[in-house]
Amino acid sequence: MELIPTPSQTAGPYFHLGMTETRSVKCIAGPQTKGERVWLTCRVLDGEGAPLNDAVIEIWQADADGKYNHPDDMQKKTVDPGWVGFGRMATEEDGSCEFETIRPGRVPGFGSGLQAPHLNVAIFARGLLKQLYTRVYFAGDPANSEDPVIALVPPQRRDTLMAEPDAARPGHWSFDIHLRGEQETVFFDV
Amino acid sequence: MSRPTNEGSITQYHRTPAGSQPPSLCEPYQATVRRSPTRPLIVLPHTLSEITGPLYGREEIGETDNDLTRQHAGEPLGERIIVTGRVLDDNGRPVPNALLEVWQANATGRYRHKNDQHPAPLDPNFTGAGRTLTDENGSYRFLTIKPGAYPWLNHYNAWRPAHIHFSIFGRAFLTRLVTQMYFPGDPLFAFDPIFKSIPDEKARERLISKFDLETTQPQWALGFRFDIVLRGRDATPFEA
Repeated sequence: MELIPTPSQTAGPYFHLGMTETRSVKCIAGPQTKGERVWLTCRVLDGEGAPLNDAVIEIWQADADGKYNHPDDMQKKTVDPGWVGFGRMATEEDGSCEFETIRPGRVPGFGSGLQAPHLNVAIFARGLLKQLYTRVYFAGDPANSEDPVIALVPPQRRDTLMAEPDAARPGHWSFDIHLRGEQETVFFDV
Repeated sequence: MSRPTNEGSITQYHRTPAGSQPPSLCEPYQATVRRSPTRPLIVLPHTLSEITGPLYGREEIGETDNDLTRQHAGEPLGERIIVTGRVLDDNGRPVPNALLEVWQANATGRYRHKNDQHPAPLDPNFTGAGRTLTDENGSYRFLTIKPGAYPWLNHYNAWRPAHIHFSIFGRAFLTRLVTQMYFPGDPLFAFDPIFKSIPDEKARERLISKFDLETTQPQWALGFRFDIVLRGRDATPFEA
């Protein structure tokens, strides 16, 4: 390293102007995309449980075969035609936003093993001087027990990384992000 | 929780030097008090999930997207400025095709946003949002007007130094950067908890653009240079 990277500064309350007004992406997976459909509702809450109506959530994920649309993914697989894998939404008054996507396939982990299906998440907001990174896993996925990233998390905090299925509406999942407090979500230093 | 030792074949990105990024809790900036995590972040060795990210191409950008003075019927009021620079990685190599999004207040310090109730006039000829891509040398350029300083409610008589918000997509999801560009010599730096949240002075100075007479166009617009440095990694044989 020769240069100090530019420091982060908060996105502030007016990011809609540049980061979402013309570039919201709710639909990560279109009707032609392969894979198990997922409607994911994310909600962002502060340390007192109050919803954030001024956050933006970005998602980055692999396709149903576990392939990222990126030249540094050198797995010998072909990415699903039309797949990008990026989503971005601002939260509403109730702190929530919804994405339409698919459950991604498994991607390689640190060594020879595979990671469980997961979405990579970045959160930006007023009051966050730097974005927070977390991951959405799917509760009940048998691969979770082998996931090398979940294994880094103290067992009693792993639930905070799990999206929960809605029993009444198949394919609908919810993921609450607690920035602070007793139920504080696990955030990663990437 | 032991840290895995085998990090596979992934070339790891560099971590940022201590003090060069803001902490999550910064009490003088009040909004951090209810919104910053209290538990330590879990250090993640990089996998494909972190080192990949959305990439962008030329087709994404419209003709006036990088000229914030030509997005309406008339010209916006204010001091016309050119903001230009390069996006580099921390090895000093250019980052081509990086998507830059900018947003800012108008010359009076007012954002065209429903939540901005600062009693300063909106400008019908100014939206305050733009986007562009870096070229093969990592260079970008915007034409805009200089934003005004504006008051906020953080503390008594609080004013933000004039700034332009930048959002940058580099090569990886982990190089994602949202930051603010400031103008040289602003007297409000000393009172701004957001600017001052960065402990390391040299890193903080990265946020201040430089007036540049060579960029300045005679009879037209003042020029400011703002280079942006993203995290990099050691070269791999696969990279050109």
